[in-house]
Amino acid sequence: MQFTRRMMMQGGVALAALAMLPRTLLAAAWPQEAFGSTTASQALKAALGTDVITPSDRIDLKVPEIAENGAVVPVSIKTSLENVESISIVVKNNPRPMAASFEIPPGTLPKIASRIKMGETSDVMAVIKTSNGIYSTASQVKVTIGGCGG
Amino acid sequence: MASTIKISAKLASDVADVKSLIKHPMETGSRIDPDTGNTIPSNHITQLIFTNNGKQVMVANFSTAVSRNPFFGFSFQGAKAGDTLRLTWVDNNGATDELETQLV
Repeated sequence: MQFTRRMMMQGGVALAALAMLPRTLLAAAWPQEAFGSTTASQALKAALGTDVITPSDRIDLKVPEIAENGAVVPVSIKTSLENVESISIVVKNNPRPMAASFEIPPGTLPKIASRIKMGETSDVMAVIKTSNGIYSTASQVKVTIGGCGG
Repeated sequence: MASTIKISAKLASDVADVKSLIKHPMETGSRIDPDTGNTIPSNHITQLIFTNNGKQVMVANFSTAVSRNPFFGFSFQGAKAGDTLRLTWVDNNGATDELETQLV
């Protein structure tokens, strides 16, 4: 419960900061509930409205097989799926599985590269929302030293 | 104040390949300070917003699970030399920074 209140305060401050940006830069609200969820299923429902996802072989997810340092795990995602609206990274065994999500406006390529923290060995899922549905692929990353710092 | 942001943007035909590196501790809020024994409060970027000539080309939503000194790469079409690419970030404590660069 205490954890949830802290997340709400942080979300509130983040939203307040966003409100101070010039109007032309206002982005969609930070997905606070998804980032606060403690299971992949809850996070997906909060972010995308459902946890029912179709596996796809048209998503290219690059992660290391073994991450010596769980604090810095490189993730690259690209896809040949069309009309992509968002890309999300979900780390099933992280305390809060939704690691990041990216909004892809028309004209932006459906590919991203980032670096994430993993607490322990886990499947990493790339979840792609298109105008036709929600698709994903996953790869396991073995983590020798966990990176969440807790 | 020195910028926290480095951007590299390469143009190939009308596609801009953007790589960004931002200096930020990305504290999860769970880490314990080894000297004091106290928990270090959460301090993490929540959003990166990229615009090209004022039009949004990417919004990245970050949780505390994005690594310290975040690296982020993406690409967008419809780019040309002389375009102004801007990156703005905001964190959960209300801090913010931005950087503009011209595409070449």
